[in-house]
Amino acid sequence: MLLIHCPYCEETLPEAEFAHAGQAHIIRPENPSAQTDEEWESFLFIRSNVKGPHYERWRHLHGCGRFFNAVRDTVSDRFLTTYKAGAPRPDLETLTGEVK
Amino acid sequence: MNAPISSFDPFALVETSAAQVRVASPCGRLSLRARGDLAPLNAALGLTLPEKIGQRVSAGNLEAICLGPDEWKLETETGAVAGIEEACAKVYAELPHALVDISAREATFVIEGVRAAELLTLGCPRDIATIEVGTGRRTVFDGATVLIWRDGESSFRMDVWNSFAPHLFALLDTGCRELAAEAA
Ligand SMILES: [Zn+2]
Repeated sequence: MLLIHCPYCEETLPEAEFAHAGQAHIIRPENPSAQTDEEWESFLFIRSNVKGPHYERWRHLHGCGRFFNAVRDTVSDRFLTTYKAGAPRPDLETLTGEVK
Repeated sequence: MNAPISSFDPFALVETSAAQVRVASPCGRLSLRARGDLAPLNAALGLTLPEKIGQRVSAGNLEAICLGPDEWKLETETGAVAGIEEACAKVYAELPHALVDISAREATFVIEGVRAAELLTLGCPRDIATIEVGTGRRTVFDGATVLIWRDGESSFRMDVWNSFAPHLFALLDTGCRELAAEAA
């Protein structure tokens, strides 16, 4: 089982307490009605399918209930880091080699 | 008052040489959500709400546990709920918050005995040792969200939603018997 660090609980806990919640840093357009169909489609449906470090959202469902962000390597399943929702996207280079 | 209901035998009890599980008498339960300076709520409740997840603070018959960055659960005597609601309503304008009586939502199992902590490992993937005595955690037990209060080294309370209670009790019942059979 994966162990995931919750940035709110500040504990590293079993995966079974968490739920995956899709790609991170998807920003809802300020004015949806100004969007073209293609732009709106892209916001709603188009996601990257990364091989390697992927920025994604998780939720500590059976715990503090909070959504947070993580960088997980989709090849090794290793979590490079986790950080609070709203925090800036960490730079990949600073994460390489860092074990959380 | 949100009156407690019971979807299963309120006197359900299992007791073996390993551990015992019983259903606690109904109590008052409140869910509290608030952000910012908590001073008005602290004054209304007569305690200082803990700000570290898992920490507990009690004053008289009222106990508060921090479940999330802006979430607490309060437990008290059944008759004290209305008074707490009234006191918090008075500070609502000063500190907007959500206070909901959830007394009817849950049942509590009291789990005690020499192998009580081991019994919990049956359904809980989390290391029970990381829940220090005097704290508590919301976690998962066989797929259901539960709140575990650790009152002593071998003394726990588990708050479970009514609909999961019969299943979880059956599992704990089996576990108590298995641990005892193993020891024999
Ligand atoms: Zn958490």
